[in-house]
Amino acid sequence: MSSCHEPTRIQFSFEVAKMNWLNIIVILIVAWLIIFFQSVFTGFRDLVGAQFDLLPALMVYTSLTAGMPGVIALAWVGGLGFDTLSANPLGVSVLPLFVIGWTIHCKRELILREELYAQHIFGLAASLLAPFSTVLLLFVAGENPLVGWGSLWQWLVMAVAGTAATPLFFRLFDRIYGSLNYPQFSETSFRPDREIKRGRM
Amino acid sequence: MKRSHYIAFTAVILLVVIILALPARTTAQLKIALSSLFLPFFGLASSAHQLAERAGNGLVPRRVLLSQIEQLGRENQQLKFQLPQFEEAQRENERLRQLLAFRRQTPWKLKPVRVIGRDTANWWRTVKIDFGRDEGAQIDLPVLSTEGLVGRISEVGLTFSQVTLVGDPNCRVAALVLETRENGIIGPSPSGPLDHTFVEMILPRTTELKPGHRVMTSGLGGIFPKGIVVGEILDSRYVSYGLYQEARVKLAVNANRLEEVFVKLP
Repeated sequence: MSSCHEPTRIQFSFEVAKMNWLNIIVILIVAWLIIFFQSVFTGFRDLVGAQFDLLPALMVYTSLTAGMPGVIALAWVGGLGFDTLSANPLGVSVLPLFVIGWTIHCKRELILREELYAQHIFGLAASLLAPFSTVLLLFVAGENPLVGWGSLWQWLVMAVAGTAATPLFFRLFDRIYGSLNYPQFSETSFRPDREIKRGRM
Repeated sequence: MKRSHYIAFTAVILLVVIILALPARTTAQLKIALSSLFLPFFGLASSAHQLAERAGNGLVPRRVLLSQIEQLGRENQQLKFQLPQFEEAQRENERLRQLLAFRRQTPWKLKPVRVIGRDTANWWRTVKIDFGRDEGAQIDLPVLSTEGLVGRISEVGLTFSQVTLVGDPNCRVAALVLETRENGIIGPSPSGPLDHTFVEMILPRTTELKPGHRVMTSGLGGIFPKGIVVGEILDSRYVSYGLYQEARVKLAVNANRLEEVFVKLP
């Protein structure tokens, strides 16, 4: 009996591992596209005076759904990509992203990740922390970024954009994985052999 | 918490510290290598932009085109009248230079380039241009537009470069006030990162400044040649117990609307 069950378990864990890598690759592609759009799309910046940063929101999604390899991969790919299209020293954006992802991932059993308010709150916290820590690291590294009272407004804009984007990432990736996988087979409780037939005998 | 989580945490922090401690030249090369991964996207965006521009051109009404032709014709006539005067002034200038044994000025070689992207971070003022090392881009080449000074090339990639704009903390410009001939230094914006139209100029305390005075590059810094328009003085105040003056300069170039710029080649 046990020999019958064993292959099924192995097959299942293999499926999970395969799904995780597919998950991570899709996340990294989305991260790369986000960085590119942040550089090219200037409409939002022209309108409100600040560019949104969606990488912290994506990190919240990744840390709650993918494993630690996903968190590490996104921190490196996202951080290095962001710094490449910016005047930041290379690698300065990796650390804030990773610390956010690592902290959430370590406590993810305690987080109600399916709840909208939890997604909003973690999106807000991550979007507030990431730019703040990056600027702090820049000062520590001896750089002189352009900050002033206007930075508070930019910080607020980034936080609002990140808060709004976090649940959207959950919906977006649900859709993506939904379209890449077979639809889940849902078994009904109805069984014709146990149907009680009423009426005239 | 798992032990592997702590190992991952320590490993990532160590790697980040190592990357941050790398020599500037190595990180610049790494940046170039990484930025090449964005090239297909930039190529696609550029093609899409050109297609949209062509489609837009096809939709411009004939009436608008005719009025533009008329306006350009008028400007052309005015310039034709001015041209002999300037040619005469240039000849006179050359004669006087020869008399005084001044070095002859070489005409500028300008390369038109397109702005393809902006800085992803809100705390820097940089743009990306589609002009790279393969076309002769070099660090510190001045970048200007028809309105005035834009900035200087600060990083060079294979097919695109980064331009640090005037107003960024890493782009200081030696400038002079045209009316008073006083020299000063242009630094970052006094009102922080939101305002892209003003910069701060430090001048000697004895300078008599008036709103509307024109500011140009002085050529003293070694990067920007003399005579590029920077902007005009808006107001000024004495700072550091009256030791020097700080003037707000309204930039001639609106950095938010940059689409095409010129790189001054050596």
